[in-house]
Amino acid sequence: MSTAPQDETLLAPGQTCASITGAVSAIALKRPGGWRWQAAFVAALAATLALGFAVSWLFVYGVGIWGINIPVAWGFAIINYVWWIAIGMGGTFISAALFLVRKDWRSSINRYAEAMTVCAVSVSGIFPILHLGRPWFFYWLFPYPNKMDVWPQWRSALEWDFFAILAYLIVSILYWYVGMLPDLATLRDRAPTLARARFYGLLALGWRFEARHWRRFETLSLLLAGLAVPLVFSVHSMVALDFSQAQLPGWHSTIFPPFFVGGALFSGFAMVLALGIPMRAMLGLHAYITPRHLQNLAKVLLAAGLFVTYSYITEIFMAFYSMDRYEVAVTRNRFVGAYAWVFWSTIVFNVLLIQLLWWRRVRASTTALFLISLGVLIGMWLERFMLIVTSLYRDFLPSSWGMYYPTYWDYIFLFGSIGLFSLLFLLFVRLAPVLPMFELRRLTPAARAVEEAA
Amino acid sequence: MSDAPLYGLLAEFDGADRLLDAARRARAAIADGALVHCALEAYAPFPVEELAETLEQKKARDPIPPAMLLGALFGGVGTFALEWYAAVFNYPINVGGRPLGSWQAFLPPAIEMTVLWSALFGVVAMLIGNGLPRVHHPLFAVPAFERVSSDGFFLLLRAGGANFDAPRARELLETLAPRAISEVPA
Repeated sequence: MSTAPQDETLLAPGQTCASITGAVSAIALKRPGGWRWQAAFVAALAATLALGFAVSWLFVYGVGIWGINIPVAWGFAIINYVWWIAIGMGGTFISAALFLVRKDWRSSINRYAEAMTVCAVSVSGIFPILHLGRPWFFYWLFPYPNKMDVWPQWRSALEWDFFAILAYLIVSILYWYVGMLPDLATLRDRAPTLARARFYGLLALGWRFEARHWRRFETLSLLLAGLAVPLVFSVHSMVALDFSQAQLPGWHSTIFPPFFVGGALFSGFAMVLALGIPMRAMLGLHAYITPRHLQNLAKVLLAAGLFVTYSYITEIFMAFYSMDRYEVAVTRNRFVGAYAWVFWSTIVFNVLLIQLLWWRRVRASTTALFLISLGVLIGMWLERFMLIVTSLYRDFLPSSWGMYYPTYWDYIFLFGSIGLFSLLFLLFVRLAPVLPMFELRRLTPAARAVEEAA
Repeated sequence: MSDAPLYGLLAEFDGADRLLDAARRARAAIADGALVHCALEAYAPFPVEELAETLEQKKARDPIPPAMLLGALFGGVGTFALEWYAAVFNYPINVGGRPLGSWQAFLPPAIEMTVLWSALFGVVAMLIGNGLPRVHHPLFAVPAFERVSSDGFFLLLRAGGANFDAPRARELLETLAPRAISEVPA
């Protein structure tokens, strides 16, 4: 068998097709979860149960348990929604965009990044529905023939957003699941018991690695990636239009769609790092997720952060340049008003903290990267708080001004949603192939030889 | 050799390059008339460039791009038509004299549905093209075939009816120097 030089920065030396299969399928099939996984699972389950309890109470009592009021009618629910769906943008984008530009370093991170997207978008969808007030009527957003003889309001950004979330959730699940078919078939062939072989066999849909099947699979992967990248941009633009379609100062701005997309990718990349670093340590994936992967992600995170910084500067500049007294007042209020601490914390986390990533030594330290990515996630949550609350709490008329104070229920919903997300991701890590084995096989020396000869 | 009907003969090779080479030679031999009533299939644990093309005498048409275009048109035009019907004919509301057919506002849902239906049609076309989902397949009865999902590279001469000449097929496979040959019961 001929060999070609292997890129050791992407895959540790000595890896073969069989060793990749053995190591990755053992995570799902053989290895026990370990106390760290079990502890995380118990904590996530407890938080999820708290969320379930809180949702039940919300159904009984109504959205009055939250701190929302008039004028601040959006509160935590919409902050959490935008935060989660933004995190969900990063996974599919990083997987699809790196696939389109043929970057080999996507292979180790795309699977769990896509899974992260599916989990985050699923969690995000809960919040706008609960925020409806009468959540059991959420299906009225869907156009269907009904005896009331009414239709949705097609000119509303909220209706557009419903379609955007629906499309994004389904396309992300398809992209993730179809890409997983060959690896599910690998698990099927290695399952220790008949029941698990049937479980993975049904999920694998009978995939059998035929050359012509592979070719159709590759065509589909390429086209889905081509669809996914513009979809990411359009979906988060719709989220931004929920804001900019309103007349409120601080929201009514054409910069919002690109500004929101930049922020979404920023928090998405941060979550890819924040999940990848502990997962790599917990499952011992150092041979596959190498320092180069983490450093590349850090650079991408820095680039997205600089774009977000640029958007902040543009937004502030435009407020003063417009000379609109309300725009100027809202911007001043962000600097020195009641919620100035949120604004300045956002700046610290999203603008200043990431400047550390310019240093190679910081990028090489997994602890530093993990802490910085957590900081970015916190900063992006605070940014949504700042955008939502500071625009709502003081609009045009002083008579309608008012403060916003979250209740402890709000915090249960926030931390409960983190618990639900963690629970879904922990289940993914234990049950599904966390790394795309078939793509990693292509990075082995034997496979590279064929590609270079062909 | 048993008398039971055969699905085909399966030869295992040592690597992707060997498999590609064997597929080329088998294709050439079949084209020269060395074996009739058979079809050639190859199996590998990762996509091997040009392997599928090597197996075919003439380039097969790929159903996925046209299916995805069809899905895109269905989703986009269909959603736009639905919005137009609802807003202009079935439930017209006069809001300050604004036009009922405000097509610009109808575009965002139509764009999202374009992408969604294109993806759905693409996935269905891939599955139909590959004959999936399929719970069982004769190849799964061959113990050695389990390696295909890790590091096994296989060439299959599939029997094309009762006139399949199994001994000649085995001779042909042996000239390709495989690691092993196994029979696939039908």
